[in-house]
Amino acid sequence: MAFYFVQFLTGLASAASLFLVASGLSIIFGVTRIVNFAHGAFYMLGAYVAFTLTERFSGALGFWAGIVVASLVVAVVGVLVEMVLLRRIYHAPELFQLLATFGLTLMVQDLVVMIWGPNDLLGRRAPGFRGAVEFFGQNIPTYDLFLIALSPIVLGLLWLLFQRTRWGVLVRAATQDRDMVAALGVNQKWLFTSVFALGVFLAALGGALQIPRDAVHHALDLRIIVDVFVVVVIGGLGSIIGAFVAAVLVSELNAFGILIFPKISIILVFLVMAVVLIVRPWGLFGKQEAPARRTPGLTVNPWRPLSQGERIAAWAGLAVAAMLPLVSGDYALTVGSEIAIFVIFAASLHFLMSVGGLASFGHAAYFGLGAYGIAFLAKMAGLPMIACLLLGPLLGCLGAAIFGFFAVQLSGVYFAMLTLAFAQIVWSIAFQWVAVTGGDNGILGLWPEKWAAGPASFYWLSIGIAALAVAALRIITFSPFGYALRATRDSLLRSEAIGIDAKRIQWTAFVIAGTVAGVAGALFAYLKGSVFPDSLGISLSVDALVMVLLGGVETVSGAVIGAIVYKMLSIWLVSQTDLSKLVLGGVIVLMVVAFPKGIVGMLETLRNLRRRSEPAKPALLKSRIEGAE
Amino acid sequence: MRRRYLLGAGLAIMVAGMAQSALAQSGEIKIGEINSYSLLPAFTEPYRKGWQLALEEVNAAGGINGKKLVVVSKDDSGKPADATTAANELVSSEKVVMLTGTFLSNIGLAVSDFANQKKVFFLAAEPLTDAITWSKGNRYTFRLRPSNYMQAAMLAEAAAKLPAKRWATVAPNYEYGQSAVAVFKKLMSEKRPDIQWVDEQWPPFGKLDAGPVVQAIAASNPEAILNVTFGADLVKFVREGNTRGLFKDRAVVSFLTGEPEYLDPLKEETPVGWIVTGYPWYDIKTPDHDKFIKAYQAKFNDYPRLGSIVGYQTIKAAAAILIKANSEDPEKMIAAAEGLTMPSPFGEITFRKIDHQSTLGAYVGKTAVKDGKGIMVDSVYRDGKDYLPSDAEVSKMRPKD
Repeated sequence: MAFYFVQFLTGLASAASLFLVASGLSIIFGVTRIVNFAHGAFYMLGAYVAFTLTERFSGALGFWAGIVVASLVVAVVGVLVEMVLLRRIYHAPELFQLLATFGLTLMVQDLVVMIWGPNDLLGRRAPGFRGAVEFFGQNIPTYDLFLIALSPIVLGLLWLLFQRTRWGVLVRAATQDRDMVAALGVNQKWLFTSVFALGVFLAALGGALQIPRDAVHHALDLRIIVDVFVVVVIGGLGSIIGAFVAAVLVSELNAFGILIFPKISIILVFLVMAVVLIVRPWGLFGKQEAPARRTPGLTVNPWRPLSQGERIAAWAGLAVAAMLPLVSGDYALTVGSEIAIFVIFAASLHFLMSVGGLASFGHAAYFGLGAYGIAFLAKMAGLPMIACLLLGPLLGCLGAAIFGFFAVQLSGVYFAMLTLAFAQIVWSIAFQWVAVTGGDNGILGLWPEKWAAGPASFYWLSIGIAALAVAALRIITFSPFGYALRATRDSLLRSEAIGIDAKRIQWTAFVIAGTVAGVAGALFAYLKGSVFPDSLGISLSVDALVMVLLGGVETVSGAVIGAIVYKMLSIWLVSQTDLSKLVLGGVIVLMVVAFPKGIVGMLETLRNLRRRSEPAKPALLKSRIEGAE
Repeated sequence: MRRRYLLGAGLAIMVAGMAQSALAQSGEIKIGEINSYSLLPAFTEPYRKGWQLALEEVNAAGGINGKKLVVVSKDDSGKPADATTAANELVSSEKVVMLTGTFLSNIGLAVSDFANQKKVFFLAAEPLTDAITWSKGNRYTFRLRPSNYMQAAMLAEAAAKLPAKRWATVAPNYEYGQSAVAVFKKLMSEKRPDIQWVDEQWPPFGKLDAGPVVQAIAASNPEAILNVTFGADLVKFVREGNTRGLFKDRAVVSFLTGEPEYLDPLKEETPVGWIVTGYPWYDIKTPDHDKFIKAYQAKFNDYPRLGSIVGYQTIKAAAAILIKANSEDPEKMIAAAEGLTMPSPFGEITFRKIDHQSTLGAYVGKTAVKDGKGIMVDSVYRDGKDYLPSDAEVSKMRPKD
């Protein structure tokens, strides 16, 4: 019995560190609607700065002051980031801020290695909390008890702050309805900045408090960011109590789960999230969001199919690309094939995101399923390459059909997180089922057959399929189905009112996107000659999101450009420098500032400016656009 | 869709960039080197220093039969797919005659499969998986470091002498951890049929939640623990285990913990008396190692880690193979490498003909604390050739070429 009690306390201590970071993320999201990918980076910076300070100033006072000062220092960094970077892009399309914070995260990963060196650092133990107390023969570290006590205190203080101060009232109001708060004359700028500062402070505090238990190293951010997101979503976005309950739930399930299934940790949080979201679509303590008042259809330039001239230009572009093998070596062709494959992948996510308004955080699942489909067909069934290429993507299609059915019941970030959960579940199956998938050692020896083995033939195959895929997605976009899908995106209520079966339309779109992603994955397996669980992983899903956002989410085919630019840049940088993350992150941040609508979105805006001579929009429409913005 | 224009234009720029680097100078021999420099700097920084030193020595001694040896190094960002891209660049546009390097097992396997497909010689430096020379071995791939099996055999030899009968294991939940535990269990159970395995913990790699794991192991009340975690996971495990008294009166056998990369961060919290494999550079008194360490410290003003040895010996071995082959034909290199014997800072090593594994060994010793730092004591060098299964077993596991 004593053991179970101690295990329970241990779970609570793990929950405490999770909660501190999650609460900050939840507050930031609730008010600013920023999916703050850099939250993990602030957590890591908190740990590094606290390490430096506590090494420098020893003694009890030095330690505790070091923790607090470190959190404040990082909060100041957060304020700078918010004022210099994020303020410029609050009005950018949804999720665009994700791109900026992703770029920051990349930069911080390299920066901490440059500043603090590559080695794992061992921080001091907390003065007064070095030992353990005995409880019926079981040892409980006193630092755990400290953390267990701290998290309800933080929860209480946050509660007081939000319930008993004017600032807290404003924050709660903004969480509920930003536009109304703005309409009432509250200075949103400073409200956002202060909220961001508080959130970053909590993240950094969470990191700083880890130094007596953990090693400080440059991968801390990625280790925590996804788990924290999951906790926030399980709890319900913007709900601090929800974050607390979710942190405790996840940690306790883990603490007791490993007693029965020692391998459960790898997937537990995602399983919990999937179950919670299917049962309660807005998390444990979340509330259904009011339908968005924004009408995206008015704020973007209306979409139209290509004009005759543009169509010729596209063919000419394709012809130029097809001539590449005449002038270049094998390596450039292989890179070209890889870029073409990512064009397909990004275009499929773009279809889901911009046409369907459904941002998936787990799109790599269908890419990877396509790749594994090839691996199974080629290695186990021994089918020829053509048959594999036709049938392999069906695994992606099947996965999308199953998961999509559940995912489209949700919307917004909850939809995104459920897709992430499904992707992680698929990933962990590929990772754990060693007998079938080879685990993380993957499946090797999937090289293309002779007719496609040469770099030039494979390149032609890839760009051919890419052109077909992009064209097909465009045709679907401008088909009646595409219009129906856009209607569900622009206004769910109105589209349902005119008799569109929104869920069925969205589900179909999900399956289409998953299948096309599967095609990309199938080609990728042949390009690389092997399949690894990486091809289902979070980082690939994030890459796809970045490509779409970079291209411009409000465009018809911006993802094509986004994929080409991002992939080319990242392959080139990885080849040229060990600091590829720093440079790539920096470039992304600059692009975010320079092209707040994405590259293609910006080009289109410029083109429209040039066409000013065209008749001005009717005054009524104009005022509605302003209202919508 | 004028985007296609950009695709063409962009690629053309890329091509132009590559054409330059493809101009290999005659009188040079290029080796391509791939490693996870951005993902695992703690290991790869000393590794890079190691091969830089070896490269300098090789060229000072006349290069490859009079030609200058050049190493073109690429980062794989820790992903197998990126490693294949890098390998492709090295082979297709840098025109390297040989690939070397890699750290993670899945990346080693991806590059080894690439090498097999493109018929390029590949000398794997670090990946520990047994598959790379056995179940997924191929004729183009050689491996330098002692494999998972060899290190498990070295540790099992020492562990079997312990009186402990109740054993628990903790290992990161991926191929390396799984196969380390599996081989160790198998070898131990052969030597000691009386042993019971009372608990196993599989935390995700890099995400060990130390408290619950330590508590769960303690609850099974083992007499001894096998640890395969390393890096930041190890730090957390040790700290939590020390605080909760997990290691009190228990024997611990631990993979890799004696390597400076993983031992040094533990500082004064290093647990005492663990049986570990590692690299006690302060205790090795052979002439070859003396020479290596003097040159290393003079060049970098730093002490070597195990990565330095691996990087150093990788390029030394590559040079020895190229000198003996005296040809850029991979078949001739394979013929030269099979059975090739050469000196190393750890003693003489041989690349076995049967599975292309080198006989480089490892040091087995006990952990201790001295002046607030973790060290290895009572270290003995275990020669790799004594810890490999019989030739019959090896040929059964390895596919025919």
